Amino acid sequence: MSLHPDYKGRYEYKWHNLPFMKLSGLEPLIVTPELNFINVGERTNVTGSRKFLRLIKDELFDEALAIAREQVENGAQIIDVNMDEGMIDGAESMTKFLNLIASEPDISKVPIMIDSSKWDIIEAGLKCAQGKCVVNSISLKGGEEEFIDQAKKIKRYGAATIVMAFDEDGQADTYARRVEIVQRSYDILTGPKIKFPPQDIIFDLNVFPVATGIEEHRLNAIDFIQATRWVRENLPGAHVSGGVSNVSFSFRGNNPVREAMHSAFLYHAIREGMDMGIVNPSMLEIYDDIPKDLLERVEDVLLNRRGDSTERLLEFAETVVGTAKEKKVDHAWRDHPVGKRLEHALVKGITDFIIEDTEEARLAHEKPLHVIEGPLMDGMNVVGDLFGAGKMFLPQVVKSARVMKKAVAHLLPFLEADKDGRQSAGKILLATVKGDVHDIGKNIVGVVLGCNGYEIIDIGVMVPPDKILAAAKEHNVDLIGLSGLITPSLDEMVTVAKAMEKEGFNIPLLIGGATTSKVHTAVKIEEHYKAGQAVYVLDASRSVTVVSKLLGDKKDVFIKETQDDYAKMRFHHANKRAKKEMVSIETAQENKQPIEWKSQDIIAPKFTGLKVYNDVPLSDLRDYIDWTPFFQTWDLHGKYPRILEDDIVGHEATKLFADANKMLDQICKEKWVQNKAVIGIWPANATGDDVEVYKNEDRNEVIEKFFMLRQQQKKSSKAFNHSLADYIAPKETGLNDYIGGFAVTTGLGIETHIARFEADHDDYNSIMIKALADRFAEAFTEYLHEKVRKDVWGYASNETLSNADLIKESYKGIRPAPGYPACPDHLEKPTLFRLLNAEKETGITLTDSMAMYPTASVSGWYFAHPESKYFGIGKIQKDQVVQYAERKGESVEFIEKWLSSNLNY
Amino acid sequence: MDKPNIRNILKSKILVLDGAMGSLIQTYKLEEEDFRGKRFKNHTHSLKGNNDLLALVRPDILKEIHCLYLEAGADILETNTFSGTTIAQADYALEFAVYDINFESAKVAREAADQYTAKNPNKPRYVAGSIGPTNRTLSISPDVNDPGFRAVTWDEILIAYKEQARALIDGGSDLLLVETIFDTLNAKACLYAIDEVFEEKGINIPIMVSGTITDASGRTLSGQTAEAFLASVSHLELLSVGFNCALGADMMKPYLEVISKNTEFNVSAHPNAGLPNEFGEYDETPEDMASQIKNFLDESLINIIGGCCGTTPEHIKAIADLASTYEPRNAN
Repeated sequence: MSLHPDYKGRYEYKWHNLPFMKLSGLEPLIVTPELNFINVGERTNVTGSRKFLRLIKDELFDEALAIAREQVENGAQIIDVNMDEGMIDGAESMTKFLNLIASEPDISKVPIMIDSSKWDIIEAGLKCAQGKCVVNSISLKGGEEEFIDQAKKIKRYGAATIVMAFDEDGQADTYARRVEIVQRSYDILTGPKIKFPPQDIIFDLNVFPVATGIEEHRLNAIDFIQATRWVRENLPGAHVSGGVSNVSFSFRGNNPVREAMHSAFLYHAIREGMDMGIVNPSMLEIYDDIPKDLLERVEDVLLNRRGDSTERLLEFAETVVGTAKEKKVDHAWRDHPVGKRLEHALVKGITDFIIEDTEEARLAHEKPLHVIEGPLMDGMNVVGDLFGAGKMFLPQVVKSARVMKKAVAHLLPFLEADKDGRQSAGKILLATVKGDVHDIGKNIVGVVLGCNGYEIIDIGVMVPPDKILAAAKEHNVDLIGLSGLITPSLDEMVTVAKAMEKEGFNIPLLIGGATTSKVHTAVKIEEHYKAGQAVYVLDASRSVTVVSKLLGDKKDVFIKETQDDYAKMRFHHANKRAKKEMVSIETAQENKQPIEWKSQDIIAPKFTGLKVYNDVPLSDLRDYIDWTPFFQTWDLHGKYPRILEDDIVGHEATKLFADANKMLDQICKEKWVQNKAVIGIWPANATGDDVEVYKNEDRNEVIEKFFMLRQQQKKSSKAFNHSLADYIAPKETGLNDYIGGFAVTTGLGIETHIARFEADHDDYNSIMIKALADRFAEAFTEYLHEKVRKDVWGYASNETLSNADLIKESYKGIRPAPGYPACPDHLEKPTLFRLLNAEKETGITLTDSMAMYPTASVSGWYFAHPESKYFGIGKIQKDQVVQYAERKGESVEFIEKWLSSNLNY
Repeated sequence: MDKPNIRNILKSKILVLDGAMGSLIQTYKLEEEDFRGKRFKNHTHSLKGNNDLLALVRPDILKEIHCLYLEAGADILETNTFSGTTIAQADYALEFAVYDINFESAKVAREAADQYTAKNPNKPRYVAGSIGPTNRTLSISPDVNDPGFRAVTWDEILIAYKEQARALIDGGSDLLLVETIFDTLNAKACLYAIDEVFEEKGINIPIMVSGTITDASGRTLSGQTAEAFLASVSHLELLSVGFNCALGADMMKPYLEVISKNTEFNVSAHPNAGLPNEFGEYDETPEDMASQIKNFLDESLINIIGGCCGTTPEHIKAIADLASTYEPRNAN
């Protein structure tokens, strides 16, 4: 039944003689009736998101772009951008933001809705977007003349437009006024003066709040919905849109009721023809999931079905708020049938009853396998769907997996007795490549894929190519996934790809991990594995889509798309490289930072030699933790502490933070991990780009040499080609300078706890403890660096810095690490370790690829000179490689292998 | 000279555009003094290589080349004004000469076309005022480290295009051809300019729009797919939309298919004579190119066909001979 008295049944599109509205970003968005409803992302709006406003005000454009990107990833088909705020220059901010979006293909692929009540801001936006945009909005508010002028310009700019139901007398608030204004607007627009394409007109029919207590507002929703139907039936080609959240304005603070209202409103409005809307997906309940008693009351209000509908909903809403406030654990779900209980436990990540529920299900099913294939997989599918729709976040999914694993573990003995194999969606081999020991990311991917029905064969870390291939054959897997965190792993992955080609593999190869990138996969890996396809995966949440495509029946299409995409990457990469001007190593060395060496800038350390630290109380280190990377580990992006209040992930981030702190309390109290560190300070001077380390103050016996690289990009007249060697006084100055070094670990003893969690099938806590140990290692490093600055070396004894200042690196002097941007050569690590006697003093060992084990370890140098600062070496030329190889006494090929990701040739 | 409406002719016939200008100009081996002529004898900047300037100093050369293409069978001549904007001419400090360049260029093409139309009124010849992309982009930052930066603004581009469009129309162009679009936003500014000029002059002449797909990724330099590009430029009543430059005919075909399937305008293509060899020369023969274009025609993808970089009167003749044996694509 239709809600409009004049029409029967659900709206069906009837203007097939007109072209469709065709919008575009980098890709087209053709608004066909089959699309049903276009959802417009609404987070990049300064009037609607306090967070976005703050980012724009503070000019934190990277984070502002991240919001836009997240919306597109979460399925927004258009993004609305609004800069209407008194405190910012709207036109300038619109220009800046749209220009930045233009260089982010994963955002600019969708069309942009330029949203402003000020015409100059709209025009500023239209001048920046190459795609066909939507203007939001114009209306007859300022009279016909202005309306015609603006509409003509919009047409000339090549945009579609939203037209508000608003005229000289005000905003349309009844059915009759809506019809009157949109009819008049439509006639003017499509008339001879403008000839606006009718399919490019979108009417915003004004969503107003209901249940306000004011009598006239009772019809607000139903009038909107009926006017929607009227527009779609009577104005050929025109569309209907609206800002949905207004409807529930009276229930601010009561999200369950608001979410139900939004869903019910959309459900009815879409049936009557509304085909576009500004919607916050996290404020939407699934229509079918709205509790029936709540739905009935909500619909009574929206559709004005009863005289007392407002009172009844208000009354009911109080009970909904009440339960939320008390935070009472609601055990009502325990009364549901066992399948529903399992689903609930999986979705909510509750392990309390899982064994008894699983057992009950087992007794009720013919075979234990049916429990997995039935209720458990059903539940995990719900989790997968919610995750895919951006309605669940990674920490929640990992908790779901913990529940699943416990259930399966309970069934395992029965399954084996039954000797019936479990059907899986596909078999996937996961490994961290040779020389690399990092596995948090790989484990998360394993969990997420496992949740989605794939069988995971995880062969651990430091796996050489032949073992990977042998395991792939042995298990007859459908796909191999490689992970790595340090730069030499990139090369290892190439080696694996080549080996796969040689051995005649043709299954897909997934590439992931912190240093990997789409560009690297496209430029370096793909070509070596022609028989199969190498695919880069950004993070765990993408892995499911990628794997399901690679193992699904549309595999060929996906592979073709990937190949095209990579071909494009290669092209752009080649172009970009060509553009970057480089200079010879001699020129670069001449253009080093001209430091005026003065003896007062060199503070002689209070001691030279080694100093060992054992078991620093963890509670002392805790304050030094930088939390932002911890959240990144869990795919939650945003800066701490603001992330805790983030509109989208804030809730989950807060929960995760609470869990982390709970575990931290335990770690500290029960001393789960031991820490050890060694630091050293030695007399040193620079000779060219090398740093000589002397046995003692006589400075005539060189005990070790550090070899530093130098930037080779062509610099502007005021910039220099930096090298770490520049921060140590050159020998020829005759000044006595020093260099420090350190190696720190906080991962000793962690294995027992990981093993304990893994035995309990508890990936959540196993990942948690590793992530926390990593944070402790960084915190310990920060703690020691402060000690060195203020006390041990004492070159900054008056320093007072907060933890936030430390994270911002506001301190004097630096502590760069070999293998990282300022000195990308991992081979400097063994030298550093020899000087520090690090293996013996701390128990840290180096792998073939120079990764440190335990993984929760950090090592690096201390530079004290006030001019020293962090930088990245970037790409280097062959001439430097040749020179560097000669200095080190190694072959050029050997150096090229280790610096492969820095080579500009 | 009164000619039939080109829209009507396109219903029954595939029209042929001319080919490359630059390579033929090179055969005249012109030196600095040729480009300066009398008018720019004392100009501050070196002018060699500023081909657009020939309209003012050596119109005879342009006319000879136009006639070669008309002889080969071209229905539509492009004016020699690819770089005829104040933005592109700024490199030569010739902003002040931009109106004259476009006006005279249109005029000399007009003379050649009228001469041939008079010879054979059954084959009317048209002049398309060529508008290039300029050497600045509105969607792309020239500085990799500052992606929000732009070397030019919409308003600057708009003023430049309006000036060029006015002069091309005043000089007698029958059509305007917005071509070699690698940044769609530049093209949108150009269409905006043209529409304003039309309004100011109270006229409305046909507009052709031709984008450039830069490589096998199937996208413009500014990142749009063929269909997204089409959506971005279809807001005016165009005579035609299509692609030119960067690719040879074979490689261009998939993108023409997308356009042909999704537009109600006529479809145009003027591909390069293949891809340049390692010396930057185009060596696809007229026969090679025609055999590839035959595929366009067999599949009825095209209403207007011609050549871009590396094509010569021989190429155009081969294409024109082939096209005359085919029915045009049915637009609408």
